[in-house]
Amino acid sequence: MHDKTVTQLAAALADGELTSRELTSHYLQRIERLDSKLNSFITVTADQALKAADAADQARAKGNAGLLTGIPLALKDIFCTKGVKTSCGSKMLDTFIAPYNATVVEKLNAAGTVSLGKTNMDEFAMGSSNESSFYGPVKNPWDLSAVPGGSSGGSAAAVAAGLVPAAMGTDTGGSIRQPAAFCGITGLKPTYGRVSRYGIIAYASSLDQAGPMARTAEDCAHLLNHIAGHDLRDSTSLARGVPDYLDTLDAPLSGLKIGLPKEYFGDGLDPEVAAAVREAVRVYESLGATVREVSLPHTHYAIPAYYVIAPAEASSNLSRYDGVRFGHRCENPLDLTDLYKRSREEGFGDEVKRRILIGTHTLSEGFFDAYYKKAQQVRRLIRQDFLDAFEDVDVLMGPASPSPAFDLGAKKDPVSMYLQDIYTISVNLAGIPGISVPAGFVGNRPVGLQILGTHFAEAQLLNVAHKFQQATDWHRQRPAFAKENA
Amino acid sequence: MMQWETVIGLEVHVQLATRSKIFSGASTAFGAEPNTQACAVDLGLPGVLPVLNEAAVSMAVQFGLAVHAQIPEVSVFDRKNYFYPDLPKGYQTSQMYHPIVGPGEVEVSLEDGSTKSIRIHHAHLEEDAGKSLHEDFHGMTGIDLNRAGTPLLEIVSEPDMRNAKEAAAFLKAIYSIVTYLGISDGNMAEGSMRCDVNVSVRPQGQASLGTRAEVKNVNSFRFVERAIAFEVERQIELIEDGGRVVQETRLYDPERDETRSMRTKEEANDYRYFPCPDLLPVVLDQAYVEHLRGQLPELPADKRARFERELGLSAYDAGVLSASRDMAEYFEEVKNECGDAKQAANWVQGELSGALNRENLLITQSPVSARQLGQLVGRVMDDTISGKAAKQVFQALWNGQGNSADDVIEAQGLKQVTDSGAIEAMIDQVIADSPAQVAQYCDAEPEKRGKMIGYFVGQVMKASRGTANPQQVNGLLKEKLDALL
Repeated sequence: MHDKTVTQLAAALADGELTSRELTSHYLQRIERLDSKLNSFITVTADQALKAADAADQARAKGNAGLLTGIPLALKDIFCTKGVKTSCGSKMLDTFIAPYNATVVEKLNAAGTVSLGKTNMDEFAMGSSNESSFYGPVKNPWDLSAVPGGSSGGSAAAVAAGLVPAAMGTDTGGSIRQPAAFCGITGLKPTYGRVSRYGIIAYASSLDQAGPMARTAEDCAHLLNHIAGHDLRDSTSLARGVPDYLDTLDAPLSGLKIGLPKEYFGDGLDPEVAAAVREAVRVYESLGATVREVSLPHTHYAIPAYYVIAPAEASSNLSRYDGVRFGHRCENPLDLTDLYKRSREEGFGDEVKRRILIGTHTLSEGFFDAYYKKAQQVRRLIRQDFLDAFEDVDVLMGPASPSPAFDLGAKKDPVSMYLQDIYTISVNLAGIPGISVPAGFVGNRPVGLQILGTHFAEAQLLNVAHKFQQATDWHRQRPAFAKENA
Repeated sequence: MMQWETVIGLEVHVQLATRSKIFSGASTAFGAEPNTQACAVDLGLPGVLPVLNEAAVSMAVQFGLAVHAQIPEVSVFDRKNYFYPDLPKGYQTSQMYHPIVGPGEVEVSLEDGSTKSIRIHHAHLEEDAGKSLHEDFHGMTGIDLNRAGTPLLEIVSEPDMRNAKEAAAFLKAIYSIVTYLGISDGNMAEGSMRCDVNVSVRPQGQASLGTRAEVKNVNSFRFVERAIAFEVERQIELIEDGGRVVQETRLYDPERDETRSMRTKEEANDYRYFPCPDLLPVVLDQAYVEHLRGQLPELPADKRARFERELGLSAYDAGVLSASRDMAEYFEEVKNECGDAKQAANWVQGELSGALNRENLLITQSPVSARQLGQLVGRVMDDTISGKAAKQVFQALWNGQGNSADDVIEAQGLKQVTDSGAIEAMIDQVIADSPAQVAQYCDAEPEKRGKMIGYFVGQVMKASRGTANPQQVNGLLKEKLDALL
């Protein structure tokens, strides 16, 4: 049952082959049995899930079921869920019970999906390995000594291990695509503004975007259909029509123009990853696509620009965690300053503190122009690189990450960790959509192919990814972990 | 002895009269139970996002148009970052680099009847913080976030004022404009208008500005004058004693009538302003601005000029009566009802203002409506009642005895007697009853008789219970007494 895709499960529910209660119970049992080895969930909401499953079954009995009614899902613990702990992977919010639902959560509830719980993540979404979580690292189901990627590592590992058929993640610099690549699943980061950010705990507001993580592009299309759209509560969400992403999945790829950014195949790229990506591109050629090399000349400025802009926004976004109204508060503060200092000292982990310090510094008087302003100029150039490229080609392809999943504890130096996001980060800076699809292995560790499109090209990306998945079976591979524990 | 010149600039925070907050749907009503008017957005809960209230934008633009300011096509919200318990997000959303209102000017009227133009540097939109409550919590501080997110328009003047009177006049002009536009109630006691004052002194004739002190928390027209007076004296004394003024923020303490240092420039926060990524730039198209311009009411300066030019009021009267929209509307209704601007002006500024001040009421709270007062003034002008009786009628209307002046006149029998036959009869009776006084009158030097006639007038008025027309009584008495000489 847990080998099936959302699409297959939806069909089985519709045909009456199984009930949402059966499905939900099955996944809850798997989580209970297996997740102690993965640590992919922070909170499992079994009681609510079973109630929601029953409600879904009743709705179906009354003929009120939609396509996703009764489908179990998991939510990265960055989405506010009413009445449920929403920790953002931080000690700071270990006691925080959100009093409201994020728009994405409301939309998924309205679609009749069943949330099994909240998945582990890097603290405040700051990390590329899930090792910065207050709740401990997540293990990669393909290799328990490897990281699952981050920051949506819990969501990726849970889907890969068959603990849930799909999960929601967020992506600020690669946090959906890189863990999807590391765990051998499909992850879509939509265009900035496509999905409401309301109720998603902010890391870097101008970069954060929520998206689906599932086994297939088709599953991602199902989920995106329900979460995309304008939200009056998010001024940065776009008032632009949402197509049915299922409609165009099967469109033929003949004549598709693929660009390979030469900067994405340079030094630092694992040769086996490069080989897997080039092999994937050959599959596309066999499907009728043409391929050419393109250039994104400002690529090497992406990481420096990101590590100015994201920490700057984060330093401000995280100021509200001051011990006054909610979240961690130190014991017996001597005075106000002591309350602030110790609450934040105790509540935040090292990576979060590092980024708050960087952001505070770059916004400081005398440094603002040299850092923040300059980084915004660079950001515009990076965006322009992509727009120029999309004049000539329909999509860009490259690796999602320079290497497959690395070992837990392998990246001690923050900068080497930051360099993990070299192929994903510029996509957030440009605001364009990107998807990572399974495209092979290095040893037993998956490789992700990243496909990029211009703003609001989600339908095209899903189509291009779906056709690949119809021609290959990388996405059907299951880790030994999931098989052994079937 | 060195001659000093004072230089003053004001920052006026005006709370805009929107129904909901600038970035959330919570109510802005004053006086609710603490923390009952703060929603998830106002509390700065994780994950919430601001959505700009269009009404606040419209009000800011109306102010800009009223002060003849440039309205930039694009304005941008920035975050001003600092920690304070009543600042829920750890930053205030404000406009640092691209304010919604550009440079403009305000014409203020001074006490001598002259006017002066004060330049506006800019005005920007921002959200208010909550309130820290230090009493009632025994060693702790309570936080009330009802006010958090209330829209403020911060109006920043150029340092164009040269004395406390000009500063107060500027503040009054801002009050007039915002109340005319209906974008704020301007109530300083409730904090709807708050003022920070920048004060410096320099030797007369020096071009460059002296070092300024910013005085915060100056929250009444009177305190503005007093805070400036204190500050000017402090700075001059300091310099004359060989010291120098340091750039600092000072707090005005109205109880001690002094300013105290809060923090010096070195201790100032670095607010780390940057554009708020949760809000889009505000783009105003020309049609929108022109639409608002078309809807502007007659503004105080125009109204003042019209009162002088068309109604023949003195500069002083015109200034007082145009100071607030409520006052001007009341006055104009009285004038329309009675048909005489000067009489209307005298009554509004005299009897009515006196009564309002005694009972500490706003003109909108007056128990006597403009229509009632206008009719009353009309009855004085058409000689139905005497001026003295009119005061009685006013008091009766104030106390709610009767719906109109005519009702009161009728009920209390105050109609003035102008029938000369009836008056002559009363005079004859008084003369007959006062032989001693008549003899005195006849014996007196002619120049003293004018004064002595007062006695007889009093007696006649008494006999008529105040209803006899005093001018008539006076004239007829003089005729009859002089006939006895």
